Amino acid sequence: MTILDIERVTKRFVKPLDLAERIAGMKPEVVQAVDDVSFSVKEGEVVGLVGESGCGKSTLGRMAAGILEPSAGRIRFRGEERPGLKVQMIFQDPFASLNPRMRVEDIVGEAPLVHGIVEREALGDYVDELLLRCGLDPGYKRRYPHQFSGGQRSRIGIARALAVKPELLVCDEAVAALDVSIQAQVLNLFMALRRDLNLTYLFISHDLGVVEHLSDRVVIMYLGRVVESAPAEEIFRAPNHPYTQALLRQVPRLETRRTDFQPIVGEIPSPLAPPPGCHFHPRCPHARPVCREKAPALREVASGHLSACHLNG
Amino acid sequence: MSSIPVLSASTLEVEDLKTHFFTRAGVVRAVDGVSFSVGPGEVLGLVGESGCGKTVTGFSILGLVDPPGHIVGGRVLLEGRNLLRLKEEELRRIRGARVAMIFQDPIMTLNPVLRIDTQMVEAVRAHQDVGADKALALAREALERVGIPSPAERLRAYPHQFSGGMRQRVAIAIAMLNRPRLIIADEPTTALDVTIQAQILHEAQKLCRESGTALIWITHDLSVVAGLADRICVMYAGRIVESGTVDEVLDRPLHPYTQGLIGSVPSRNRRGAPLAQIPGMMPRLTELPPGCAFRARCVRAAQECMQMPELRNRQGRWVRCHYPL
Repeated sequence: MTILDIERVTKRFVKPLDLAERIAGMKPEVVQAVDDVSFSVKEGEVVGLVGESGCGKSTLGRMAAGILEPSAGRIRFRGEERPGLKVQMIFQDPFASLNPRMRVEDIVGEAPLVHGIVEREALGDYVDELLLRCGLDPGYKRRYPHQFSGGQRSRIGIARALAVKPELLVCDEAVAALDVSIQAQVLNLFMALRRDLNLTYLFISHDLGVVEHLSDRVVIMYLGRVVESAPAEEIFRAPNHPYTQALLRQVPRLETRRTDFQPIVGEIPSPLAPPPGCHFHPRCPHARPVCREKAPALREVASGHLSACHLNG
Repeated sequence: MSSIPVLSASTLEVEDLKTHFFTRAGVVRAVDGVSFSVGPGEVLGLVGESGCGKTVTGFSILGLVDPPGHIVGGRVLLEGRNLLRLKEEELRRIRGARVAMIFQDPIMTLNPVLRIDTQMVEAVRAHQDVGADKALALAREALERVGIPSPAERLRAYPHQFSGGMRQRVAIAIAMLNRPRLIIADEPTTALDVTIQAQILHEAQKLCRESGTALIWITHDLSVVAGLADRICVMYAGRIVESGTVDEVLDRPLHPYTQGLIGSVPSRNRRGAPLAQIPGMMPRLTELPPGCAFRARCVRAAQECMQMPELRNRQGRWVRCHYPL
């Protein structure tokens, strides 16, 4: 059953002009951060949303969590446009996303109390149980965030999100700032929570190794558009889009030794002035004239496997 | 120990290096008896998690440790010459010429108010007796080598006009300017996207192969060194716990910590399975327990681990453990 439905969503950010620029008759700068994106997430599924800096994955995640409004299109959670508390977000920076002046028990306990999920008398036990579930010692709940390590702060952020009994977690680079051994602990926690609480995840990351490990399905974005989406196993075994293929080749792996690194030519173009047609064509080794003119549509290349490339058709 | 320079095949030899920080909370033994060597054209991966002392090791080699940190012991031999005995003035002549450093954040190497050409020409002329024209030509060549398009134009740009990946490439170009014998790279790709990382790794690899520069790549990312390095040193709590060739260390780790680190990396062979996590976290360096620093997190720990294990040779490899795997 579909739990999250993203339908033709677009997000534009407009930089307002100052007086001088208005007098000079300049046009405001518009960034099309997310450009006509559609996909859906099924109940209990882990969908990995992958792309490089500036591809719009975080903006999309924020819209899914209800923090940002889309400029066009609809995002529906179980058919409704207001997800309320059912979608919660876990942020990248465990240092910046916790209020340094609040004790852990308040950080975790504030929202469920305000929303009437738990009575004040029962709050202490409720917080203890959440902290335990996230691998934290409830004995430390009167401490402040700065008294914890990065990994522990991540766990506090997760406990806070779980406190309002969400069904979908949007994790935006949730393990990117952590050391490998701590990252493994948090990834294991995510998998255990999924099993125990039947959670659904939209897992946003630039780390393909992590995404491959965790996801059932992977969506690849490039400069605001979805270029490919497929079941995780399939996309890593048989990537279709030239960008996905190039991206996967770049991923450093434990198994590959003393390789010749063969970089993709060029840089990611500025989202302020994306190339016309297929956004990837200036860096694509297979680009044809049509790629410069027309943006390719997402088309099914195998069952459940969509790719937006002119070479397929 | 004699002070006569020893001729050796290694570009850099670090022997029993100790860098301690004398803080109010106590003495932090950030680097405590670290030894390794790296030869011409060789890439050494110095691997460990935050706070293990890998960055301080890199800084100590170049004499860049600020108080309250002090290098309290050991030798750092660059082509036979002990850098720790040099005066500040002599060190200055070596930094940037014989040894260069690349930082995680290229903002640290680039002056935001000077154009790239000014900075590069200055770096050349500080160490080589050449005219401004020749220096500029060298600068352009260096930018070209790291794959910056239209280098002559880009020389006239300011650092903020480059993207993050470009800026890091400029930093690498500056490091390469005087054809150093050794480059120390401290997590230079951690903040970059995968495709940009691959470009930087490509440049680094080319540099070592073509000019015989020795490279120390400091990182927490095992999968990056797997593809780049020839040898690996794994650090934990200020000490090297294991060293060997990449294949030896990654395929047949001897130290339980190394094994735990490898198990923590998501691998395509074990998709979806729980990662073999290491319990707990690295102890604070101010409150290190006696004996093996890893024993509180180690499944193999026993009574003997209350004694600090020595770095022992085991079938040609080095491991600091009483009960290696």
